[in-house]
Amino acid sequence: MPRRLLRDGAIVVDEWRTAGDGAALADDAALMLSLAEFRAERERWLARAAPLGVILAPADNEQELVSDLARLALVAAEFPTVSEGRGYTQGRLLRERWGFAGELRARGAIRRDQVFLLARCGFNSFELPESELEGAEAALRTFSAAYQPSNDRGLGAALRHR
Amino acid sequence: MYRYDVIDKTLVDERVAQFRDQTRRFLAGELSEDEFRHLRLRNGLYIQTHAPMLRVAIPYGLLSSKQLRTLGSIARRYDRGYGHFTTRQNIQYNWPRIEDVPDILAELAAVEMHAIQTSGNCIRNVTSDPLAGAVPDEIEDPRPWCEIIRQWSSFHPEFTYLPRKFKIAVTGSPRDRAASQLHDIGVHIARGPNGEPGFEILAGGGLGRTPVIGQVVRDFLPREHLLSYLEAILRVYNREGRRDNIHKARIKILVKALGIEEFRRRVEAEWESFKGHGPRTPVEEIERVRAFFAPHSYRVLEDTDPCAGQEAAFRAWYRYNTHDHKIPGYRIVFISLKKPDVAPGDATDAQMELIADLADRYSLGEVRVTHTQNLVLGDVEQDKTLELWRSLAQAGLATPNIGTLTDMICCPGLDFCSLANAGSIEVAKLINERFEDYDYLYDLGEIDLKMSGCMNACGHHHVGAIGILGVDKGGEEWYQITIGGAAGSDASLGHVIGPSVAKRDVPETLARLLEVYVRERQPDERFLDTVRRLGVKPFKERVYAAPAAA
Repeated sequence: MPRRLLRDGAIVVDEWRTAGDGAALADDAALMLSLAEFRAERERWLARAAPLGVILAPADNEQELVSDLARLALVAAEFPTVSEGRGYTQGRLLRERWGFAGELRARGAIRRDQVFLLARCGFNSFELPESELEGAEAALRTFSAAYQPSNDRGLGAALRHR
Repeated sequence: MYRYDVIDKTLVDERVAQFRDQTRRFLAGELSEDEFRHLRLRNGLYIQTHAPMLRVAIPYGLLSSKQLRTLGSIARRYDRGYGHFTTRQNIQYNWPRIEDVPDILAELAAVEMHAIQTSGNCIRNVTSDPLAGAVPDEIEDPRPWCEIIRQWSSFHPEFTYLPRKFKIAVTGSPRDRAASQLHDIGVHIARGPNGEPGFEILAGGGLGRTPVIGQVVRDFLPREHLLSYLEAILRVYNREGRRDNIHKARIKILVKALGIEEFRRRVEAEWESFKGHGPRTPVEEIERVRAFFAPHSYRVLEDTDPCAGQEAAFRAWYRYNTHDHKIPGYRIVFISLKKPDVAPGDATDAQMELIADLADRYSLGEVRVTHTQNLVLGDVEQDKTLELWRSLAQAGLATPNIGTLTDMICCPGLDFCSLANAGSIEVAKLINERFEDYDYLYDLGEIDLKMSGCMNACGHHHVGAIGILGVDKGGEEWYQITIGGAAGSDASLGHVIGPSVAKRDVPETLARLLEVYVRERQPDERFLDTVRRLGVKPFKERVYAAPAAA
């Protein structure tokens, strides 16, 4: 069964592959790479016609991607544990400071209980266990209001602000 | 005080629904212990020695009588008839059942209260001067700014999974009654070179295993930029604070590692890069929130002397448990939660309900919680203090010891906490038994005694004029004593006097410290100042001179 994820508020098949998915990678497969993999062979990856994405580890600085952002269809933040919080800052800055408009994905140890705040930081796609997908879709509506101005595009609906 | 509008109400109601669902999933086995831990901790729910502990936020320590009545009612119906007021101006319940917590939260939401972010690695409940708005020595009432920070920090999308907990205190007076220099961020209301309103910002203070006094990051910040500046500090911390070692994860460790100069440079650089479009508090919003804290409509009265011709017990209480008010004819009244046979900071359901009634009758319906674990009625007419005292005395709430040795700060210790090494409540009892002579206590004057059951320092022992820390030695409870600490404007960390002492010797050790003080003090010199003048040596010599008398 193909892996599914939550994207823009809907449960869809994930067409993205990682380098670890093996040599059977089709030329037109959307591919996401770690920042280290991307940097090691940057020219080669940029020359590929298929959609390209980069996965940021928590300690990575998203600023390193700024000059390539226009070429990236996806940036993902990795959450090795649920308590890892640096990805929230990476996401927010990618959207608000660097104007990234592509898919912003959260992956790793996240569950439905994290997606609302991640969406408020600009994340619009979430890799989750299959059993979490429906709950996560509903969790995007956990709150209908917020105190802070933020980037709520991942929520699909505007929050009430004062 | 602040009242919820539809936005505030919506958020707390939706939070209750969210937590109810999380609790249901945990009890149904859909969430593991570890998954639930991250969720419950961000809602003040700990699993403790005997039972869960629920910590409820009392934003900047301010309660309406209606809220206090609800806290009492919850204590009676969901707990064992009492609650514990904490050093962060919150209240803890030690015996709720997990399955009841969503209902408790719903009852709190109905009176505009919550337990949001009272634990966990996130921005905690903001604390402040418990006498704010009522004291004569204030530049500006800090509470509107506390409320602005409370809202900004609640469910902050970026800062809910920080390296470690994060505490902010705001004060508006040169006399620091909120221990602001011992917070991750201290916000001091200040005036700019031309009298413009704003803040001095400190960062990197904290207690715990590595006590540090906060340092100034910015001398003056114009008021509309407060939230963007806090975001800049939090962002630098969120990205660069250590996550590999829980004991080195607080912002104080980052500030120390970088040095204040470099830390400041990074914060300023971050702030400059987004302050133009970061959160800015417009004048209308400042005024909207300030209107909730507008001065009460006080009666026009003259100062009187309520003590004239009254009995000595009232006069002692008036002297120690009341404080000057900025309005003539009014008085600030402390309600001591330090009765000798009661755990410091505890109040029963009936006491909470009585205090709520007294607040309605005598103090404009408001109650404050102090970080020294007492309650305050902030606006009492001087002529009514005698009546009030009689009511308090009948309920065991008029112990005349505010600011004295027995007004001690104390964590819940081994009796409740799974972290503690020591039964701090038991030690408090021993101290109270030894020092029961009020004439002696009054002669000793102002002494902050602070006691923690373990090095996490919930009892603030590092900043006690006398600090007591419970340590574990081969399964036995021992106590390390420090002297010379202070939490106020003149904050300092205490010095260890020597090897730790056995539990039964703690009262004798204190007696010897006080004996040296009484012998060496100059006229009107506080214990703290004598220690500062003489250093630890004479105290140490006396304490360890000979074995404690049996």
